Amino acid sequence: MTGGLNLLREQYDNLSACIRCGLCLSVCPTYQVSFKEEEGPRGRIAMLKALVEGHLNLTSDLLEHELNCLVCEACTAICPAGYRMEPAQIAFRADIRDAAPWPVRFGLDYFLGNLGRLRRLVRLLALGQRAWLVSLASRTGLVDVLGLRRLTRFLPDLPTTFIVPRGQVWRPAAGPVRYRVALLTGCVMSTVFAGVTRATIRVLTANGCEVVAPAGQGCCGALHLHGGLFDSGLRLVENNVRAFNPDEFDAIIVNSAGCGTALKTYDHYAGSPRAAALARKTRDVTEFLDEIGLKPPAGEVPVTATYQDACHLAHAQRITAAPRRLLRAIPGLRLVEMAEPALCCGSAGVYNVTRPGFADALMRRKARNILATRAEMVITANPGCYLQLLAGLREAAGGDRPAVEVRFLVEVLDQAYQAAPQAVFVEVRG
Amino acid sequence: MNREKLIGALATIVGDEWVHHRPSELVAYSIDGTFQQALPDLVVSPATTEQVAAVVRVAAGVGMPVIPRGAGTSLAGGTIPLGGGLVVNLARMNRILEVDKANGVAVVEAGVVTAELQRAVEREGLFYPPDPASLNQSTIGGNVATNAGGPRCLKYGVTRDYVLGLTVVLADGRILRLGGKLIKNKTGYQLAQLFVGSEGTLGIITEVTLKLLPRPRYRATALAIFPRLDDAARSVNGILAAGILPVTLELMDNLTINVVEDYLQAGLPREAEALLILEQDGNHPEAVRDEVEQMAAICGELGASTVQVATDEADRQRLWQARRAVSPALGRRGRNKLGEDIVVPRSAIPEMVRRVRQIGQEYGFEIPVFGHAGDGNLHPNIIFDLRRPGELARVEQAAAAIFRAALELGGTLTGEHGIGTLKREFLTEALGPDAVEVMGRLKAALDPKGLFNPHKMFPEGDGVEGFLRQLPLLGTAEAPG
Ligand SMILES: Cc1cc2nc3c(=O)[nH]c(=O)nc-3n(C[C@H](O)[C@H](O)[C@H](O)COP(=O)(O)OP(=O)(O)OC[C@H]3O[C@@H](n4cnc5c(N)ncnc54)[C@H](O)[C@@H]3O)c2cc1C
Ligand code: SF4
Ligand code: SF4
Repeated sequence: MTGGLNLLREQYDNLSACIRCGLCLSVCPTYQVSFKEEEGPRGRIAMLKALVEGHLNLTSDLLEHELNCLVCEACTAICPAGYRMEPAQIAFRADIRDAAPWPVRFGLDYFLGNLGRLRRLVRLLALGQRAWLVSLASRTGLVDVLGLRRLTRFLPDLPTTFIVPRGQVWRPAAGPVRYRVALLTGCVMSTVFAGVTRATIRVLTANGCEVVAPAGQGCCGALHLHGGLFDSGLRLVENNVRAFNPDEFDAIIVNSAGCGTALKTYDHYAGSPRAAALARKTRDVTEFLDEIGLKPPAGEVPVTATYQDACHLAHAQRITAAPRRLLRAIPGLRLVEMAEPALCCGSAGVYNVTRPGFADALMRRKARNILATRAEMVITANPGCYLQLLAGLREAAGGDRPAVEVRFLVEVLDQAYQAAPQAVFVEVRG
Repeated sequence: MNREKLIGALATIVGDEWVHHRPSELVAYSIDGTFQQALPDLVVSPATTEQVAAVVRVAAGVGMPVIPRGAGTSLAGGTIPLGGGLVVNLARMNRILEVDKANGVAVVEAGVVTAELQRAVEREGLFYPPDPASLNQSTIGGNVATNAGGPRCLKYGVTRDYVLGLTVVLADGRILRLGGKLIKNKTGYQLAQLFVGSEGTLGIITEVTLKLLPRPRYRATALAIFPRLDDAARSVNGILAAGILPVTLELMDNLTINVVEDYLQAGLPREAEALLILEQDGNHPEAVRDEVEQMAAICGELGASTVQVATDEADRQRLWQARRAVSPALGRRGRNKLGEDIVVPRSAIPEMVRRVRQIGQEYGFEIPVFGHAGDGNLHPNIIFDLRRPGELARVEQAAAAIFRAALELGGTLTGEHGIGTLKREFLTEALGPDAVEVMGRLKAALDPKGLFNPHKMFPEGDGVEGFLRQLPLLGTAEAPG
């Protein structure tokens, strides 16, 4: 153990806020698949509190139950007493960071902390795609240790061109500029999901936004913070606070729910007024489009679709109505609700790689709920959910093609705008 | 049998995964909805009635106390394993075995969550009325063991009124099946009812057969604000005297209104002495609306300053907002809370609320009062801070003063939360020595070795003085060995 639980100690008041009412048990994904108090929020709080008080030692069982937490924030969102799980888990994981499996620590620091390396990795993967990884996984025993065989299930179709933020500006092709916004291009959203980020830019410009990709920005740091890599996380936070000047923009737009949650809490990690302003101006793209009044798309997307609430949108940012309103505005799209739309799919950052037991149980439950709607498409707003849904629906189909198509919300909006084609933006600089 | 052997014996019954014995796991089962904490020796999560019976036989064999646990939401300390023991966690036994539409009954395992049962029967056009505020997490087994009630109980009664049959595991490991799907059944003593409200001291309930009603199709709600508390009480009497039996008559006193307003900032009038939420349901929309409007008119005549009526769902939700916010508002107020649960005759409500206010002033606590005005069940919540020196002794005195005021006004200690550890020392004062002695003989007949949930319900003889200080407080648990 390093740091002597110093960060967790600072959480003592937060931990003491819990009045043990048990309401959170009804929404906690790990409790709902185990019915064990030690796998629920109230138990996790009691264990952390006992650890700080010296009534418990950092035993392997305690570690297991705490690290099984998805940090999905469902408990935080429902708690009547104002307890917050995320800061407690971030503190705990930072205090015990040596407990994180080394491949995860290495992966986060080496690739996500350095976007150049991440781009090279994704390009490499894109060239060989799944076939390459699958054969590598089956030929070398060692890669099994890294969980690569599992990883292949999650791999989507990869692009080979990325979005490299260099201060580019995209202007609406027609009509006045109503808002000037900065876009967080992020790590996976600018590489693995570069196509989605391009769609985001098109949708924003179609809605009268001038979109800027400030140079020097990087990964938001959320995975590092959740994974116990507190110092690396802080460095990434500070880097982005330098890269984005909130005074220059009406909003900072994020198209990944997890990253948006991170940006909205930057003030907790970097104390400056600039960080606080950045946090205040951060908007999820769905939240922002809803707030400014979406320009109704003219084109049709004739599909029956269901919407999966990303934990970091529904629980952490409390955004559930806006995405549904946007979807209902798309001509031809019929929205059907699945059972438990806000129950975590088990993705939770790198959780599905580090803690497969609960992750798979939740993934299968989610797949069952999706299939029961008979929808042809499942829509989400977060890369982790996207990958997890893809894996779950591939497994359900027993092949490479998922049983139900998985899409990002902005992609579907973009499709609706594109279906009645018109020029949407001009790239000005970059 | 040593600990390892005991764990092994339990694991052969339920499987390794369902014996919780490592240090952190014991901590997870050391708490409930109160501020006490004590570590169990072991925890086991059985999946069937037979497994429960086998577990009880093992425990009885080694003389280890057994503490039944549902969702652990008890507000009386009912699941705190005082002095250790084996916690039997019933949360895994959560299957709804049958919703029998033809006979209007449901058969469920004890661990089914109250709200899940309600949703399941409502899908069939049926209705399970008992609605404790904890319904999203509490279990049916726990509801039966505490005879839980809620706002709707004025019209629809409490859990007891819906229990038709029970399966219970006795202290010697026998499985007793009582009652069944029959609405009328007077064959022998009403043994099933004996276990209602028994707080885990007589047996472990593993299966419950519940009476269901047809689901009322319409609901309407009114909210009335009263400058004077007495006028609210007169309105409640006026409504009932007019021959209306509403579903709910929820009362919030001045301090509760202010606590909620601090939290919600919804523009509630801070000077008002009382707020009432009135609701009616039924199958005919005009009749429902009529009765709610009649109630609103009575409130208006008897001194309400404003009355709002809602018939559509969005408006109803808006009116309920203030009442729903009581729990989060209190949850964020102060550091510790003791939620009391006294009952007084309906006519004594204003006097009781006034006495609580005096007691609060005397001992220096905020004690908001809210509750169910139709049945006189009030929840004074003492807000305190254990970090202040001598705090607990003052809380004890204030709580004792509240109990005694309720008894003096012809009321009792608890309407729905139960006795548990928190009120056990007041039992004799409330019931008289004869009733406590008869209870003791019943207990001895069913559980001669005192295996089930010791230290609960019955006075320990330590007396009223120090009744809270003798309990293990949160954060003081011994480190598990
Ligand atoms: C926020 C909040 C609001 C609440 N509101 C209300 C309310 O409005 N009305 C109300 O009545 N109560 C209320 N309560 C109290 C509590 O929820 C009820 O007492 C509930 O019935 C307990 O159910 P449980 O499953 O949590 O049982 P537990 O808390 O687990 O157990 C309660 C008692 O029953 C025993 N027990 C549990 N299961 C069994 C079983 N299967 N067999 C035998 N004994 C058993 C236990 O040993 C214990 O003594 C509230 C509690 C909270 C935290
Ligand atoms: S909902 Fe909040 S107060 Fe209640 S048990 Fe969970 S964390 Fe504690
Ligand atoms: S964050 Fe999610 S997984 Fe973790 S305790 Fe809360 S509800 Fe459960």
